[in-house]
Amino acid sequence: MKNANVAEVLKKNAMLIVLVLVYIYFTARTGGQMFQPLNFNALITQNAYVYILATGMLVCMLTGGNIDLSCGSFVCFMGAVGGIMMVVKGWNPIVSILLMLVVGIVYGCLLGFLIAYVNVPPWIATLAGYLAFRGWGTKLLSANSTTGSIAPLPDSFLNTFSGKVFSTGVGKMNIPCLVAGIVACVIVFVASIMSRANKVKKGYEADSLLTVLARSVIASAAIMLFAYKLGLAGGIPTALIWVVVIVLIYSFVTSKTIMGRYFYTIGGNAEATRLSGIDTKMIMFVAYLNMAVLTVITSYVVMARFQSANSTAGTNYEMDAIAACVVGGVSAYGGSGKVLGMVIGATLIGVINLGMSLTGVDANWQKVVKGIVLLAAVVFDIVASKKNATR
Amino acid sequence: MAKVLLEMKNITKTFPGVKALDNVNFQVEEGEIHALVGENGAGKSTLMNVLSGIYPYGTYEGDIIYNGEVCQFQTIKDSEKKGIVIIHQELALVPQMSIGENMFLGNERGKKNAINWNETYKEADKYLKMVGLSESSHVLIKDIGTGKQQLVEIAKALAKNAKLLILDEPTSSLNETDSRALLDLMLEFKKQGMTMIIITHKLNEVVYVADKITVVRDGATIETLDKHTTEIDEARIIKGMVGREITDRFPKRENVAIGDINMEVDNWTVYHPLYTERKVVDNVSLNVRKGEVVGIYGLMGAGRTELAMSIFGRSYGSEIQGTLRIGGKEVTLKNPREAINAKIAYVTEDRKGNGLVLSNPIRVNTSLANLSGVSSRGIIDMDKEYQVAVEYKEKLKTKTPSVEQNVGNLSGGNQQKVLLAKWMFTDPDVLILDEPTRGIDVGAKYEIYCIINDLVSMGKSVIMISSELPEVIGMSDRIYIMNEGKFMGEMKASEATQENIMACIIQSGKGE
Amino acid sequence: MKGIKLTDVLKKYTMVIALILVLIFFYITTGGKILYAQNINNLISQNAYVFVLAAGMLLCILTGGNIDLACGSVVCFAGGLGAVMLDRDMNVWFAVIAMLVCGTIIGIWQGFWIAYFKVPPFIATLSGMYAFRGLSNVLLQGYTVGIRNTTFLNVFGGGADCYIPDFMGSANFNTTCMVIGIGIAAIYVIVVLRNRISAKANGYEVEALPSVIVKSVIICAVVIWLFYKLANYKGIPTSLIWIALVLLVYSYITTKTTMGRYLYAVGGNEKATVLSGIDSRKVYFFAYINMGLMAGLGGILTVARATQAQPTFGQGYEMDAIAACFIGGASAYGGEGNIFGVIIGAVLMGVINQGMSIMGTDANYQKVVKGLVLLFAIIFDVMSNKKKK
Repeated sequence: MKNANVAEVLKKNAMLIVLVLVYIYFTARTGGQMFQPLNFNALITQNAYVYILATGMLVCMLTGGNIDLSCGSFVCFMGAVGGIMMVVKGWNPIVSILLMLVVGIVYGCLLGFLIAYVNVPPWIATLAGYLAFRGWGTKLLSANSTTGSIAPLPDSFLNTFSGKVFSTGVGKMNIPCLVAGIVACVIVFVASIMSRANKVKKGYEADSLLTVLARSVIASAAIMLFAYKLGLAGGIPTALIWVVVIVLIYSFVTSKTIMGRYFYTIGGNAEATRLSGIDTKMIMFVAYLNMAVLTVITSYVVMARFQSANSTAGTNYEMDAIAACVVGGVSAYGGSGKVLGMVIGATLIGVINLGMSLTGVDANWQKVVKGIVLLAAVVFDIVASKKNATR
Repeated sequence: MAKVLLEMKNITKTFPGVKALDNVNFQVEEGEIHALVGENGAGKSTLMNVLSGIYPYGTYEGDIIYNGEVCQFQTIKDSEKKGIVIIHQELALVPQMSIGENMFLGNERGKKNAINWNETYKEADKYLKMVGLSESSHVLIKDIGTGKQQLVEIAKALAKNAKLLILDEPTSSLNETDSRALLDLMLEFKKQGMTMIIITHKLNEVVYVADKITVVRDGATIETLDKHTTEIDEARIIKGMVGREITDRFPKRENVAIGDINMEVDNWTVYHPLYTERKVVDNVSLNVRKGEVVGIYGLMGAGRTELAMSIFGRSYGSEIQGTLRIGGKEVTLKNPREAINAKIAYVTEDRKGNGLVLSNPIRVNTSLANLSGVSSRGIIDMDKEYQVAVEYKEKLKTKTPSVEQNVGNLSGGNQQKVLLAKWMFTDPDVLILDEPTRGIDVGAKYEIYCIINDLVSMGKSVIMISSELPEVIGMSDRIYIMNEGKFMGEMKASEATQENIMACIIQSGKGE
Repeated sequence: MKGIKLTDVLKKYTMVIALILVLIFFYITTGGKILYAQNINNLISQNAYVFVLAAGMLLCILTGGNIDLACGSVVCFAGGLGAVMLDRDMNVWFAVIAMLVCGTIIGIWQGFWIAYFKVPPFIATLSGMYAFRGLSNVLLQGYTVGIRNTTFLNVFGGGADCYIPDFMGSANFNTTCMVIGIGIAAIYVIVVLRNRISAKANGYEVEALPSVIVKSVIICAVVIWLFYKLANYKGIPTSLIWIALVLLVYSYITTKTTMGRYLYAVGGNEKATVLSGIDSRKVYFFAYINMGLMAGLGGILTVARATQAQPTFGQGYEMDAIAACFIGGASAYGGEGNIFGVIIGAVLMGVINQGMSIMGTDANYQKVVKGLVLLFAIIFDVMSNKKKK
């Protein structure tokens, strides 16, 4: 049995603790508004884009601190493209979704090619996109609409990416939601206990049963809280399902697959990875192709939430995604960082966003705060890893 | 009785968890060449870093007394003002700048805000002549070879009016001729009254130039040998370094049958990746048999690493000509993955730079070249990976509490073992080892030699590239001698001596 | 005497050639308008900020391909600060100094995190980009603040009449301007000659005479032509003076001072520089402080020209500055680049900006074009470095 050192526990879960503290702070400041069901709902739907973009950004950053500055502008551009397809040209939504995906793949391939095979530094390649796609997207929107935004989007599209699953009215408890929550809790418990049992059987180091149980209890409490609140707000938001699916997939990919492993080792030492027989250019290419695809998926969710395509969509999104990763412990130099950390980081960003909105903080101060949070998170990460490093 | 120029008294320096220097006492007399020898990690470089101010006063205990006064250096510049100049192992030169610019970097000519470039180049030329270089000071550093770059470093030190010159492994990247030239330059400086400290692991050089030799082991000074009073030879020095007589530095290899040719290379020519008319490897032919250790000895710049990398999946070179045969069949290997699939492994020369991912654990590094060996359908079996890592840790006797330890925290010898483990896990038939024991202490070296013996006893082939003659002669069955991209000769290890190998190289006519 | 190969000349002056080609392109598509005196004049004053910001950006890029994404927001913030102060009738020079100090302090802030805490520059400055944009809006409360102080406007090139007056009054042609232009060309020739003579006297190496003559002739011709054009339209815009000042100062710093040298050294090989006893952190710090100062000056010039401060100013300025540096030959990996290249790059960006305006291109498409130009400049730089290395 391992002794739990309070200081160690604090250090390891620093960001989680910060999240809880910030949440409590905003709850107090808003007189408990943060705790209302509708705001739980808002937390998810308004920030779904952060989770999805940050997942892609995580993969890029793993390869060596590389980022994608163009994703926000590309969301705007894809919105325009999608709006034109579905509304102006009246194409079938499913066809439009697939075509949008194709456009994203084309961009991803182009970007991946430039970065991986031509060796253009990523921040420059994507800086060009940041500018170009904003202009192109805005132009498309103004050329195809008098108001500068395109609406209304087809219902089938809206229902796939926004709204609620099995929805009921606000105020009444949504049963499917509660059930889903309970199922999730059970899965968490079973998975943790089984994984520990497996480790013990094979003779590896494992946390004490008490620790594992404590962690599962806390996680389950959080899940049930969410389920309860979301239930009162009318049911599981569709966006949440997309976020959960994507987060789970990438959590698996980064920790258990060969491709995922390679992202980490390239960030750790690209040349050693190459000489170990791995096609590093291909991996970089995949990282950016992946980012583009996730950006397209983000644009679906964003369009559905705004119920239109407009030119302000995507503004500052890249900032939020990078901040979510950095706050979540992803190294700005590459080679380390986990999906779970990113989720905590994204949630923190979401809580700050929501909290500032509810307390009526000026949008401009919100910008200032976010800029400082990003800086502070990086500094903290750097200082903390300096202490961990040995000679 | 010559005057004592430098005295370091009771120097103790600790890093978190490690006492690098323990009450060290060290004296240097004016006008002498004093060698510091010791195994890796013994504390030689740390001692010199304390002296030069890289570890400032206050971060160590004890006193530095130079020219009779106690010194409290805070920065490199403080020690340089007194005339103490250190030349590091990694050359402190900026490749895109010219010799002249580099020479006075940090020591500019003219005023602080108005550099006088004309004077800079003129003075640079003066110092270049003093070290025997005929290049113009306008030439860019990246356009001259390592040997000349090392001389530029010395010229740089002269421009700082060095009175006590410290050279840290000055010949580690030089070939035999350039090394000899540098040592002779040192003797010349000694005649002019310069005092020098040289840190080197090349014991033959120590015997050639040093007046006194101080042996450092485990952060303490063990003994100081004086050429004028004691008979000094390499064996005597080693005894001081290791604390025991090493008669058998190389484990015996017995009863290993040498079989058919495993890999064969014919008329292999490789052109430089940028200067595409330059041949880096010129018409080389070699072969290696099962159960055989073939050594490739050569001077720096001979092209051995380039040869190895070009064979290993064309990792180097703009154009490659020639045939490569494995098991008798001709193959073309277009990238490292194809080479690995053809059962060739290449253990790189620079384990930290391009061999290992230092920030990742041993387990991850061990499986990196063969992740499919611990995975199914793209998904890694973590248990299996762990087991494999533990298996190799035990087989190679890697000293570490757990395979989850980050490789960056291991000592050089253990890092090299992890690197070897990675390649052994790809189950190769041919292993190319590039300087496998560089920067490793004598004890760990022995263990690696044993591993090599085990490999060939299983019928594998080992090509060992090395610049240490004793190692090449002691471990190989056959030796190829390479110089300036060409193979100069081949001989059985049993017939090889240091003299006739050197003769083979010199006989090429140029010898550079 | 060294032989001159055509291909070597081409490689060294690629960007100048590109500039000439782009000029020809816009000459054709604008029916020659791009070279009208008025447009050349506008090119200089509208793009003054590019020259100023790019000079600061060059220092950062030299240290290793590091950039400052915040400079546009800082331009807006510093400019806004000055406008607000002038609006409250504070002393004009006090306001000017405040703007410069503001920019410098921000440079110190960012430089501190980058140099001493090793925060990756693009993250530190990305943070600044957002934070200072937000602060600009807070400062200006979303309003446009007009500037009426005529001293300020006259000195810093705002509005329509900020030119060096013609002391030798002739109608439609600013003789003073022409005379100054000829004077500059003459001074240049004299300086070059003097340096050559004294160098020869001291026994130093000198460049081959033919190439010196060719270069001098070309430079004098360009200068005289430029001032001739300016003389045809109101004369020397005051912003040109500030541009010239900045370029001269930074040209000197990067070639003649030890700190300038260290910028190149750190970008070329940081480890080597540290081992030569130089504190690389001070070098990074220096670069970012200068960038901040230049952003402050950029703020002054921007609000002076527009005679007002708006919360939307400065957007995309960092792009222009970065593009100008890279087009001018700075290396994305550091250690290479110079002020002459920055001039060429900034002029090229200015020509593109001006040309597209004259052609009436949609503002959104201008963004697309600029993004692509930046991309191509980098691709070209990366590919030509691959061959050089």
